Amino acid sequence: MNQPASAYFMEERHDPSESHTLSVLVQNEPGVLARVIGLFSGRGYNIESLTVSETENQKHVSRITIVTTGTPMVIEQIKHQLDRMVPVYRVVDMTLTGRSIERELAMVKLRGTGEHRVEALRLAEAFRARVIDATTESFVFEITGNSAKINQFIDLMRPLGLVEVSRTGVAAIGRGAEGM
Amino acid sequence: MSDKSHDPNQMTGAAMIVRALIDHGVKHIFGYPGGAVLPIYDEIFQQSEVEHILVRHEQGAGHAAEGYARSTGKPGVVLVTSGPGATNMVTPLTDALMDSIPLVCITGQVPTHLIGNDAFQECDTVGITRPCTKHNWLVRDVKDLAKVLHEAFYVASTGRPGPVVVDVPKDVQFATGTYHPPRKSDVHVSYAPRVKGDATQIRKAVALLASAKRPVIYSGGGVINSGSEASKLLRELVEFTGFPITSTLMGLGAYPASGKNWLGMLGMHGTYEANMAMHDCDAMLCVGARFDDRITGRTDAFSPGSKKIHIDIDPSSINKNIRIDIPIIGDAANVLGDLLQVFKAEAKKPDIRTWWQEIAKWRARNSLSYKKNSDIILPQFAIQRLFEATRGRDVYITTEVGQHQMWAAQFFGFEEPHRWMTSGGLGTMGYGLPAALGVQVAHPDSLVIDIAGDASVQMTMQEMSTAVQYELPIKIFILNNQYMGMVRQWQQLLHGNRLSHSYSEALPDFVKLAEAFGCVGIQAIKPGDLDGAIKEMISVKRPVLFDCRVAALENCFPMIPSGKAHNEMLLPAEANDEATAAAFASGKALV
Repeated sequence: MNQPASAYFMEERHDPSESHTLSVLVQNEPGVLARVIGLFSGRGYNIESLTVSETENQKHVSRITIVTTGTPMVIEQIKHQLDRMVPVYRVVDMTLTGRSIERELAMVKLRGTGEHRVEALRLAEAFRARVIDATTESFVFEITGNSAKINQFIDLMRPLGLVEVSRTGVAAIGRGAEGM
Repeated sequence: MSDKSHDPNQMTGAAMIVRALIDHGVKHIFGYPGGAVLPIYDEIFQQSEVEHILVRHEQGAGHAAEGYARSTGKPGVVLVTSGPGATNMVTPLTDALMDSIPLVCITGQVPTHLIGNDAFQECDTVGITRPCTKHNWLVRDVKDLAKVLHEAFYVASTGRPGPVVVDVPKDVQFATGTYHPPRKSDVHVSYAPRVKGDATQIRKAVALLASAKRPVIYSGGGVINSGSEASKLLRELVEFTGFPITSTLMGLGAYPASGKNWLGMLGMHGTYEANMAMHDCDAMLCVGARFDDRITGRTDAFSPGSKKIHIDIDPSSINKNIRIDIPIIGDAANVLGDLLQVFKAEAKKPDIRTWWQEIAKWRARNSLSYKKNSDIILPQFAIQRLFEATRGRDVYITTEVGQHQMWAAQFFGFEEPHRWMTSGGLGTMGYGLPAALGVQVAHPDSLVIDIAGDASVQMTMQEMSTAVQYELPIKIFILNNQYMGMVRQWQQLLHGNRLSHSYSEALPDFVKLAEAFGCVGIQAIKPGDLDGAIKEMISVKRPVLFDCRVAALENCFPMIPSGKAHNEMLLPAEANDEATAAAFASGKALV
């Protein structure tokens, strides 16, 4: 059976965790992000990544993209819990639809000289990262891609003098002509 | 008055609030004044359509409004001030959220220019109440006020009902704006609860029920919340199918306790027959209940051989704790109506005589039995006598939380919905007394009894003063065992009988306390005195504190021990020290 052993007698849960990307369309009004985040913290759900911005200015609609992990039962709960909030229009599980594109933007700062600088530039080109700031001893790269690509780029930069990283978190959209 | 005084819809925010209450048919509100709601209280003073009941503590206002709402089916309304007024409402709001009770709570707030300034009696009301409301609003501009108030009533009372908070800064109460009556566009377009069940799912459910050999119906508070039509249809379904029915604590009264298919309440302190039927059934029809941990016991051993149908208006209730085979999202009355129609038209009711024979064997175990005593009043006996004395009367029962609550659920028979008010989800000690106030306000001529415990009742005792002020003849029937009985029971069963702080060493003299409040105190000590004392309590047309001295160490059985399944109940006859110790070994971690 695919359910926790007991609701109040805490035992190990053996269900495998899955990562899901959820797109949530909400009315952009004060407190709406706090509601969503409060739901996650209050019910003990995970947030791996969260991005939010107004997408339809006229209608005051914002789009929240959340990457979360949990057992299939918990993921289903998260979607229903989000969907029943008063200012939530729609919740779409981009992972379940299987037809979505996910992108993240990262800015990666490096400090170094000599061979490290050359190597960093060479790798940046391979990853299609752009230099958006440079001094004689540093670079800031801008890189866009899915999370795995960005993780890989950061890993490669580490021995070359990585200073810090700023990431936007994941934004997702469905393929094809249809909107969500 | 402003220059636009010729326009009747031009008014202050405070006046809008009172006007909105009137437009939503509100007759009574429960509240407590303070600095940030003075303009609203000024408006209340100058009208007579809405009666304000002044409580003694904001928590009392909240529970009173809950009692009012549950006994009428209409939203209860609360008005409290900013800061402590709002924070004192957190318990009733959470209580109402857990039990799906419609409440509209209006809170005052410091003026908008002081918000965030740590002003006197300021708190982040919408922040604090966000997790304990269905929705909440801070109204920063008087032009939004009418819309928000109307939406608040709509959200509280539709879909899965629940509490809402409208936080209104004092300057918005003073500001003048244009009021409009309720209209459809007041509500978020994103809020649209589903009422009608999916026809295909309903057909599947009927097919499953019609082929069942061991069916059971498990109903809950959602049937009560849906309105009297849902209870009527539930009864019709039971009558038509001949299926056995059990119910949660919250659902008592939807099907009559005197009905022949009634198995009694299920769950931790439910009857043996109800829990065994749940465990051994092959088809379960859950209507408006949520598979709460007090119901399921050990979830991996919960009703292992059954296919499960779940009717609920809230999709997040489905598949939360238990895997459901046929979910049906919709309002209980609506779905039950459709289901019954399809059943009658397309299916034959199954032959379940052998199932009833099995149930009869479980019933014969007589799981609610207790040893009679002629010297000391047993709490179960007290409730049975109270039930007998009030049978056939127009009676409403509220409770506090603990052993007395479970005994009330076990031994008081409820024939109708909306007659039983108890704090089920949150388990709020101190709920019953103010809830009884609210019920009595809504039903001034009915008999309203709070079955209480000596510990719980002291949490909101101050509201007896409210009862006296408004001549509300509530009866507080205290099963006084001088313990926090349920805490003690768990300490006995799970913590080596170390009774840490569960004994009240200094109880008040409840009879004298009653007199101090200006109400009537009655005491019963011997079983022989009980009937006469109850009769006196009922005949007195004033608020009564009834001090019923009961056996101090009586415990509540039957019981599903911690981490155990429905078929591992501990029955009263078997609850000797050894069996109890064995049953509860390793169960400390539960709540």
